[in-house]
Amino acid sequence: MTQALFLQHLANALALGSLYALIAIGYTMVYGILRLINFAHGDVFMLGAYLAFYGLALFALPWWLSLALALFVTAFFGVGLERVAYRPLRDSPRISIMISAIGASFLIENLAVVLFGGRPKGVNVPTILNTVVNFGPVSVLSVSLVIPVCTFVILAVLLWVVNGTKTGMAMRAVSTDIEAARLMGVDVDKVVSFTFGTGSLLAALGGILWSYKYPQLNPLMGMMPGIKCFIAAVIGGIGNIRGAVLGGFLLGFIELMTVAFLPELSGYRDAFAFVLLILVLLVKPTGLLGKNQAEKV
Amino acid sequence: MKRFGIVLAAFAALLALGCGAKAPTGVKFGVFEPMTGANAGGGALEVEGVKLANELYPTVKVGDKEYPIELVISDNKSDKVEAANAAQRLVDKDKVKVVLGSWGSSLSMAAGPIVQKAKVPAIGLSCTNPLVTKGNDYYFRVCFIDPFQGTVMANYAVKEVKAKKAVIIREVSNDYSVGLAKFFADSFKALTKDQNSILAELNYNTGDQDFSAQLTEVKKYNPDVIFAPGNFTESALVVKQARELGIKTPFLGGDTWETPEFIDVGKAAVEGTVFSTFFATEVPITETSKVFLDAYRKKYNKEPAAVTALGFDGYLVARAAIEKAQSLDTVKIRDAIAATKDFPGAAGMITLDENGDAAKSAVIKTVKGGKFTYLTTVQP
Repeated sequence: MTQALFLQHLANALALGSLYALIAIGYTMVYGILRLINFAHGDVFMLGAYLAFYGLALFALPWWLSLALALFVTAFFGVGLERVAYRPLRDSPRISIMISAIGASFLIENLAVVLFGGRPKGVNVPTILNTVVNFGPVSVLSVSLVIPVCTFVILAVLLWVVNGTKTGMAMRAVSTDIEAARLMGVDVDKVVSFTFGTGSLLAALGGILWSYKYPQLNPLMGMMPGIKCFIAAVIGGIGNIRGAVLGGFLLGFIELMTVAFLPELSGYRDAFAFVLLILVLLVKPTGLLGKNQAEKV
Repeated sequence: MKRFGIVLAAFAALLALGCGAKAPTGVKFGVFEPMTGANAGGGALEVEGVKLANELYPTVKVGDKEYPIELVISDNKSDKVEAANAAQRLVDKDKVKVVLGSWGSSLSMAAGPIVQKAKVPAIGLSCTNPLVTKGNDYYFRVCFIDPFQGTVMANYAVKEVKAKKAVIIREVSNDYSVGLAKFFADSFKALTKDQNSILAELNYNTGDQDFSAQLTEVKKYNPDVIFAPGNFTESALVVKQARELGIKTPFLGGDTWETPEFIDVGKAAVEGTVFSTFFATEVPITETSKVFLDAYRKKYNKEPAAVTALGFDGYLVARAAIEKAQSLDTVKIRDAIAATKDFPGAAGMITLDENGDAAKSAVIKTVKGGKFTYLTTVQP
């Protein structure tokens, strides 16, 4: 393999990995605070992408305004989803809330089919994000340069919020012991809503950036990325934000580099992601950066 | 106990409501298409054709009774497993006389054993993989098959593009894509008299959106032409990402590219791609073509896709078969369909051979100025 080819593969892997990392952060945040694997995360991702698309298509808003509005509407939607589907089950066994998440996922997907139609829609990507940038022999799409920047900025901001602010302290308290936190005067409902709002905002951002990179919307577009980013979060240690970023990059790299070195196996790309998951679960079930925990539903 | 009694009564009432269906008075045609999922675009186009035919010819005469033809649409969700369920529903629950569809050879193949067992004839509209009808007496089709289509594109690649080396990118989980790729490869190797003229065959899976790894490999091989038979959903992204990586090689494809979504998603990237398909509105073939085009343009105010014409034809063939058989028995209808000869369809004359396939000419189109443009016709 020539150096140019290798560099191109590396660039592809970085682009994909940072996208996975961004979405995995949202998954892991919600798990960290609530011990809930939000299966509807992939569908919130899809909603964000659709809302940004419609902001542009129906209301002719400038793309950055459409993006910002989509983020906030999806965040509110996430908060609403938590209120309706998860809060009533907070005192039930963990498995009930997980089943509710699966149900919510199906509901959102099928509502999207009814509301938006099953046929895929092409996205009008804003020109500055749709240009090809060439670094010598390596070509990348400009949005692929923006995504890693977003991921690392969000990582830094989130780490600061969780470790350096009072809200973050409340989040860590709720994560450690929800009843004790309530007794200490933490408004648990507010913390949970904030977590969900932020998680959904991140999912929406991931969705919109995904739709700029792969400009095709369809109501089930959240399924595969949702599963892959869930794998990324688990690999990195679910509940750990740095772990999610690590997991995302790792997944992106392994997926693309295996195809780079073994192109005959390109049809098995997704299989590599799942094999990686199985390996990590066998060797280090808490994930690469995760801490040991007794039970994880 | 009282509450249980109320629940039981409510349940019984619900059951009675569901079971008290009125006796069917019309003849039912099952429309077996992907209305959701990756292939929803193609399915919707075929349904347009079937529905248009139903509007123009809503009844069929058997004996001295005029039966209204009722369309029962069963969504196979672009999924092979769901396809089997959808087909089962059509033959068991809805008791259709004929099944029309599906877009996507894999989905038709999934329904094959079911219609065969239920002895209900099925007419494929645009599925081109030969295995759909091979060995199945109850599956027919009104379009050409892939051995022909592969040869058409191989000829185009060698004669028009003057290609000597090609790379194939195929959807490995899709029978249509794998089949057509193989026929193209065989034909291309024979035409270039070079067994090594196919430099590589790269694979992707249904639903994939990132093809950067496969395309970077293509860049390494630097072929004269790339043949990428796959559904429009993935293909539009493949071509777009190829152009983003700086690959300027011409792309050739098959009939599954002709949907509005291909241009909608691919935008400027798919300009100049060439593919084979069934019908071009610029070249109406029979009287039925004109009837179809007039009706479609009046209703939708735009040009129809090729598969819509095929949907129209499938409905007409089924209806004509029932009138010829003068019976509502599905086995007799099947025999009448098998005997279809020189039937004037919108997309050409239809004569079904012993396998149930139609020998039709292929049309080659390209994308020019954001529209599908007719290039040439190739006779079988």
